[in-house]
Amino acid sequence: MSARTSPPPLTRLVHNASDTFVLAQRNLMRYVRLPQLLAFSTVQPVMFVLLFNYVFGGALFLPPDVDQYINYLMPGILVQTVLFGATQTTVGLAEDLSKGMIDRFRSLPMGRAAVMGGRTIADSIRNVFVVTLMLIVGGLIGFRFQNGVLAGLGAVALVILFGFAFSWISAFIGLVTRDPETAQVAGFIWVFPLVFASSAFVPVQTMPEWLQAFANVQPISVTVDAVRALTLGRPLDPVWPTLAWIVGILAVFVPLSVRQYRRSV
Amino acid sequence: MSDDPAIRVDDVAKRFGQITALDGVDLEVAAGTVFGLLGPNGAGKTTLVRILTALMRPDRGRAEVLGLDVGRDAQRLRPRIGLAGQYAAVDENLTGRENLRMVGRLYHLPVAEARRRADEVLNEFGLEDAADRPAKTYSGGMRRRLDLGASLVGRPEVLFLDEPTTGLDPRTRLDMWRLIERLVEGGTTLMLTTQYMDEADALADRIAVIDHGRVIAEGTPAELKGRMARDVVHVTLGPDADVDDVAHDLRSLAAGETQGDRDARHVTVPVAEGTQSLLAIVRRLDETGTRIEDIGLHRPTLDDVFLALTGSGIDDGPGSESAAAPEGSSS
Repeated sequence: MSARTSPPPLTRLVHNASDTFVLAQRNLMRYVRLPQLLAFSTVQPVMFVLLFNYVFGGALFLPPDVDQYINYLMPGILVQTVLFGATQTTVGLAEDLSKGMIDRFRSLPMGRAAVMGGRTIADSIRNVFVVTLMLIVGGLIGFRFQNGVLAGLGAVALVILFGFAFSWISAFIGLVTRDPETAQVAGFIWVFPLVFASSAFVPVQTMPEWLQAFANVQPISVTVDAVRALTLGRPLDPVWPTLAWIVGILAVFVPLSVRQYRRSV
Repeated sequence: MSDDPAIRVDDVAKRFGQITALDGVDLEVAAGTVFGLLGPNGAGKTTLVRILTALMRPDRGRAEVLGLDVGRDAQRLRPRIGLAGQYAAVDENLTGRENLRMVGRLYHLPVAEARRRADEVLNEFGLEDAADRPAKTYSGGMRRRLDLGASLVGRPEVLFLDEPTTGLDPRTRLDMWRLIERLVEGGTTLMLTTQYMDEADALADRIAVIDHGRVIAEGTPAELKGRMARDVVHVTLGPDADVDDVAHDLRSLAAGETQGDRDARHVTVPVAEGTQSLLAIVRRLDETGTRIEDIGLHRPTLDDVFLALTGSGIDDGPGSESAAAPEGSSS
């Protein structure tokens, strides 16, 4: 018998990283092969930027430190975009399950987190692309980082990180729902109340009190506030709870989805 | 060490809720042989393959592949086995070449080696011309070949093929058989599942017939056929021959009871030596001046075996009989 034993920890780490990279590459190839997919997943957020700005912009009383709605809107819509984008992971994993790809991956000597890691990292890379495009369009209609480029880049990094964490929730949902059509609905449905009952588009103070209670504490509001703090130059207090949410979500949903992946039949 | 079986299954059972998928299966597969798991849909074949490829844990019992426990040593086992499941598990957006390279990389082959191996497999499986087209443009047979190729990228010592030809047209099916025959020539141990008797017959060295989660018969194709049914010579007599006389006369050449059917003018002779027996019967009939209309040798197929095995005992055994029995009959 050949003397192949368990690889040492360092080798295993290198293997895990390589597996994740190979799968992220695979998931990104989808956009190369189906350019229309990338086009539509970019058109939608850009459309939202323009629509929200011109439709809602005139009706809102803005906080005193915000000169125009686009500067208030941009952080909210960036966060919305990465959340909607995370549903790609839900659908993608459900498809992989239903088409037998997950069986093949699970029969290979791969890292147990690599399939989900490849998805969530591919999501994040696509998010970088889409967010950049949105910032360009936003810039054309008046959006500016009020607090300098460095803080602006920090804001973008926070948005991408938050999207990465949410993709792990989406991964878990995809592995649980299993069926791509169900995943399409299940991947989206829970995101809507979170995005709209938040500070993403309107100040929370304009909502009924019972809703404010929810809107103030939920992670989307916290994150949008943190991104706004960085782009508008407000006090950076909401940044820390945002980082805590990101770490918390990852700490719960990485092990949960790995467990679900290992059990998926 | 080559005497150790490549696969050893000991009293493995698995339930899904109310359904018993496997109900105490014992098997051994010798290294370098082809083992066929033959059974209808839902017999438990796929469940057994999933357990042996460490995709699923048995509720009870022990399963070893290459001497490694599929539960405890799964990580050490995976680099040494290959699986092609019931679906052609290929990424439709990637080309054939990209699919194989991806699998090579996931077996942790170095980049250059993964590339070379992908080219080799494309070549072996006759896919070079389509290598750089997205897999979604492939025909069903090409996808299956690509899928089978992917399971071989890591040069597995034991290969599992779950219904490799289900859904393929007859010609493509034969192509797949030829591919499978060629790849086991290299000494790979193969376990394949199939619903097709002819497939198991053509490819497998040994067959286990599985039904309702149990192995109901096991042996070489010849043994299975021999166990259940003998070769039979059917003779249809001309109008002037006496059926009973001929049936009586041929008894000396038969391996069992001959049977005559006067209305059909038909005599059935179980025989032991196939064609030789057929020739002996023809000579005998010629010597006695018996006129015949037709004569033929019927060899039992695995279909016959399977019907005999599953038809009796498991489904419509005593249950259907007792239902028809008159009520109130004493026990």
